[in-house]
Amino acid sequence: MADPLLRVDNLVRRFGGILATDNLSLEVPRGELHAIIGPNGAGKTTLISQLTGQLMPNSGTIHFAGRDVTRLPSYRRSRLGLARSFQITSLLKDFSAIDNVALAAQAHDGHSFRFWGNARKEKHLRDTARAALERVGLGSRADVLVSELSHGEQRELELAVALATKPQLLLLDEPMAGLGVTESARMVTLLKELRKEFTIVLVEHDMEAVFALADRITVLVYGRVIACDTPDAIRRHEEVKRAYLGEQHAVTRQGGPIG
Amino acid sequence: MKSKLNASNAVVAVVCAALVLLPVYSAVTGNIFILTLFTRIIIFALAASSLNLMMGYGGMMSFGHAAYLGIGGYAVGILAAEGIGSGFIQWPVALAVSALFALVIGALSLRTRGVYFIMITLAFAQMAYYVASALSRYGGDDGLTIYKRSTFDGLINLSDRTQFYYLCLACLFGGVYLIWRIVNSRFGLVVQGVRSNEQRMQAIGFPAYRYRLTCFVIAGTICGLAGALLANNTDFVSPAVMYWTRSGDLMVMVILGGMGSLFGPLIGAIVYLVLEELLSQFTEYWALIMGPLLLLIVLFARGGIMGLLGRVRRG
Repeated sequence: MADPLLRVDNLVRRFGGILATDNLSLEVPRGELHAIIGPNGAGKTTLISQLTGQLMPNSGTIHFAGRDVTRLPSYRRSRLGLARSFQITSLLKDFSAIDNVALAAQAHDGHSFRFWGNARKEKHLRDTARAALERVGLGSRADVLVSELSHGEQRELELAVALATKPQLLLLDEPMAGLGVTESARMVTLLKELRKEFTIVLVEHDMEAVFALADRITVLVYGRVIACDTPDAIRRHEEVKRAYLGEQHAVTRQGGPIG
Repeated sequence: MKSKLNASNAVVAVVCAALVLLPVYSAVTGNIFILTLFTRIIIFALAASSLNLMMGYGGMMSFGHAAYLGIGGYAVGILAAEGIGSGFIQWPVALAVSALFALVIGALSLRTRGVYFIMITLAFAQMAYYVASALSRYGGDDGLTIYKRSTFDGLINLSDRTQFYYLCLACLFGGVYLIWRIVNSRFGLVVQGVRSNEQRMQAIGFPAYRYRLTCFVIAGTICGLAGALLANNTDFVSPAVMYWTRSGDLMVMVILGGMGSLFGPLIGAIVYLVLEELLSQFTEYWALIMGPLLLLIVLFARGGIMGLLGRVRRG
């Protein structure tokens, strides 16, 4: 098989005495939807932040598209095609929806040391932005200020922003956090569409969604990978059941054939 | 944004028209004082506008912006004292030195955030103040008298009150126009995006630091121009123009008029300096009245005067 799109080797990150990422290795081949699950405090967001460069690891390496990106700042990784969505919605609140997306497109369209022309009138940026908004179902809300969008719409906008950076890999940090039942269902449908086109790393608490979407699942506990396998194998995995799934009765019920 | 026929636009239009016509009024009535006062106001409005670019749009709360007033002024003053009177040399030097100073200060202080940023910009401005005080060759503490205004042979005579007034006004309008273009450009959107959410901007691929630093330098350079104008206006430059209270005045003008509003600093400068002038005729404790007024604006009108006016719609 060819080189994986993302390869993480022996990643370590400490916070004081706590090992948030404990000698973690991971491979995500092109085209895969790879879910990362684990109880609260397992170090999922810490991992994502190291993948995107917001946080530097103490040791270990990260290769993306065949390149060592371990020490690259986040904006450089974004330019290589690594996009993230944030667990806690992180948008430009005093900008309109389309401005948020157009800025993402602008970041990947040459430099922005242009001081004179009106950026809101650059047609190709607006078109890219509009297409990304349509894609996530926000086409009619383009000119609404982010602060006036509903929580669900903001989650969708997070995705549109990531899409507009022309990513090779989408890192989605709990895209369903705080969504209602219908909104979650919409998000799952959307992710099913996107996975045809993008390699995705998905961190998510909604087990139903994870098991429905993932090709493979990595289970993190205390910063360590305790299992990495297909959804069916993960359901049967003894250590996973003990460490994680066992606590969540809802999962057992919804997830079906566990134990 | 769509242009709206609201109170704030109407006020701005009236104020700008009045500023253009002011020399006529002054000539007809023989009121020279008002022309002098407004020349000063216009210069400070330019300085405040440059601070607004950085503070209102860029989210960088610099508490040392008056340093550039002094640097621009000293560039003119020192060159004049050394016998170089041509504005074609003085002014480019004033701008270049301001830009260079901003580049160095910005490169260091933009590595910090929040209160530290405020303190470090304040500290650098105070350093500039003390350096100027120590320049005994150029007047030191007492300041430096400029015996001859910058000369622009054949172009404009700065010693002519009306010509100088119009030059200042042209600089202000030019500066505001430039800021307007910048704010709506690619660069401007990036800077405003970084103000709103720096982490997000990094994550979508912008090296935020470079853009903030560039904005810092542009703002400093425009303020350096205001400094060159101010020195010519007073025929004098002293360390006092760089003192931290001066930076505070500029901040107050921006906040009073409306942070992040294009004409806010102009309105703020007019209200602040006219009030100062009027109140100081009654009492030397004019700040006692100005203080509570500012407090009211900050508490009840977040967008300053422009914000207040913006809420009053016509039709």
